[in-house]
Amino acid sequence: MKSFPIIVLGVLIGLTAGLGLYTFVYAKGYSYLTNNPQACTNCHVMQEYYDAWEKSGHRAVAVCNDCHTPHNLVGKYLTKTENGFFHSLAFTSGRFPDNITIRERDYQVTESTCRSCHSAITLAIAGPHNTKTISCIRCHFDVGHSAAGFVMSDRTSPSEKPDDERF
Amino acid sequence: MTNGSDTSRYRRLLVTTIAFAALAAIAIAALLVNIFEHKQEARNPFYRVVELNDTIDDPAIWGKDFPMQYDLYLRTVDQERTRYGGSEALPHSPTQADPRTVVSRSKLEQDDRLKEMWAGYAFSLDYREKRGHAYMLEDQTFTGRQQAKPPGTCLNCHASMVVTYNKLGNGDIFKGFETVNHMPYVEARKLVKHPVACIDCHDPSTMQLRITRPAFIEGMRALKASQGIPNYDVNKQATRQEMRAFICGQCHVTYYFRGAEKRLTFPWSKGLKLEQIVAHENEDKVTEWSHAETGAPMMKARHPEFETWNQGIHARSGVACADCHMPYIREGGLKISDHNVRSPLLNINRACQTCHRWPEQEIKDRVEEIQTRFYDTRNIALNALMDLIHDIKAAKGAGASDEQLAAARDLQRKAQFYLDFLISENSMGFHADQYAVKSLAEAINFCREGQLTLRRNIDVKRAGVKPLSPALLSQVRPTR
Repeated sequence: MKSFPIIVLGVLIGLTAGLGLYTFVYAKGYSYLTNNPQACTNCHVMQEYYDAWEKSGHRAVAVCNDCHTPHNLVGKYLTKTENGFFHSLAFTSGRFPDNITIRERDYQVTESTCRSCHSAITLAIAGPHNTKTISCIRCHFDVGHSAAGFVMSDRTSPSEKPDDERF
Repeated sequence: MTNGSDTSRYRRLLVTTIAFAALAAIAIAALLVNIFEHKQEARNPFYRVVELNDTIDDPAIWGKDFPMQYDLYLRTVDQERTRYGGSEALPHSPTQADPRTVVSRSKLEQDDRLKEMWAGYAFSLDYREKRGHAYMLEDQTFTGRQQAKPPGTCLNCHASMVVTYNKLGNGDIFKGFETVNHMPYVEARKLVKHPVACIDCHDPSTMQLRITRPAFIEGMRALKASQGIPNYDVNKQATRQEMRAFICGQCHVTYYFRGAEKRLTFPWSKGLKLEQIVAHENEDKVTEWSHAETGAPMMKARHPEFETWNQGIHARSGVACADCHMPYIREGGLKISDHNVRSPLLNINRACQTCHRWPEQEIKDRVEEIQTRFYDTRNIALNALMDLIHDIKAAKGAGASDEQLAAARDLQRKAQFYLDFLISENSMGFHADQYAVKSLAEAINFCREGQLTLRRNIDVKRAGVKPLSPALLSQVRPTR
């Protein structure tokens, strides 16, 4: 009879794992490991950003991840993990503003990816030390997904910081 | 011994693992259901459970078909304050004449100048901070201005009128409108039950926006005629986006009661700008009361949000009232317009950040800067008006004739209308900031001109001295 608890345990763990696996598949969890921009529209709140991106110039050269995750493997998956967790939390709890605001950290990630692809121009503007006193997306806010744009959160307020602290 | 302790540890471990596994299963199941619900809400969940028609004015019945919109509509009971607008709930001990238990603050008690400005008119009796749509009928029924025995016309904007107009006019809203205008307010009040409701803005079969107020239909026709468009029919010719502003323009406008039949009239036959409105009212010889202190023939301006918005940058950019005051709100996977009509400052993310991507605090600061500048200019203008009123009063007391006072009185009439127009306007200058401050500058100028006119007409004649000189000009007090 000593094996009975082990069977119960096995059933429970198996049940949990099975349920977890089903949920993962049902929620298209695997899609988040890819680079496919449609993964972001699994949540319908991202649909309008996706629609706007589809009509933007960047559509031909960059997907969501190219602008919203750093251009190195570790940084990319760290950012994906962190945003994935907080996006799921926000969408599950429903606690997020209707016009989604960008966080300071993500604003900086996006800023850095502009500078990564367009370095020829940005280096010419910012100089060899890349002082980062100018923000690309402060003026070119509509390049990625124009109609939906992006909204700064209260903590993303370049106007409140001295120039040399920005970005 | 060791064996027993091993067994109990094994048991404890087993129980703990089972508990954790069970909790994990519960959490995953809950998440699964949540994801399922999110997938479901992306579909359109509209069910028509009640057949609506033009005889149903009770918003609760419409609310059965549109529960989300109705739920938001009910929230206009919330009393919230912004820096310069809104109101908070003040307790009120009910009396027979006024059974309200909650009211808003009196604006007259906060600023004596308003009382003096409206001396001799009902607005000097009671004038309060604004409350939400839910209170419009109650606040009108029990305002102190009821002492002035207003006509039934007032209900046009303070009650749901479609059913009443249709009933009294046998299906003709214009006839019904005329009948209500003729009645005393207390009589007409018995014919209505609800504040503005679904039926006043929406067609019951298609939910399309529609104009239901005759005064707006007539006002727009006159306005369009002045622009060379004859026989304009707002319900047929307005675009959907125009409708999202016109709906509000049925009531958030200045007006007067025309003639003995007390016909609600919008003074738009020459345009929507202040000088055009004054020209219309002068041509129609509108005089609503005689100023108690100066005897000037006065006209009253009222909450001209629609006209003022029309002069501003948002109107020019095609942004309608509803875009900021009823912005889209996410309800599950649906976007509906927020029927909790309120100040955008209470809802900056939805109202402003759809277009303006600056942080909320930055947007709020910008708006309040505009409003503070307007408020300061408004105070200068109110002081100028008080100076003119006091001068006319003094001259009158010293025995000046009507003829000698006529020019100054006329300038008071005009200056006060300009000032009243912008004070009654419910955005503290925001709807058209430069237009608002420019108009205040004109009002200040009219007041000072009036004072100068008096000195020209009276001092010169009486004392035979003091022609206009720099010394005399300095006697015109700048501000208090």
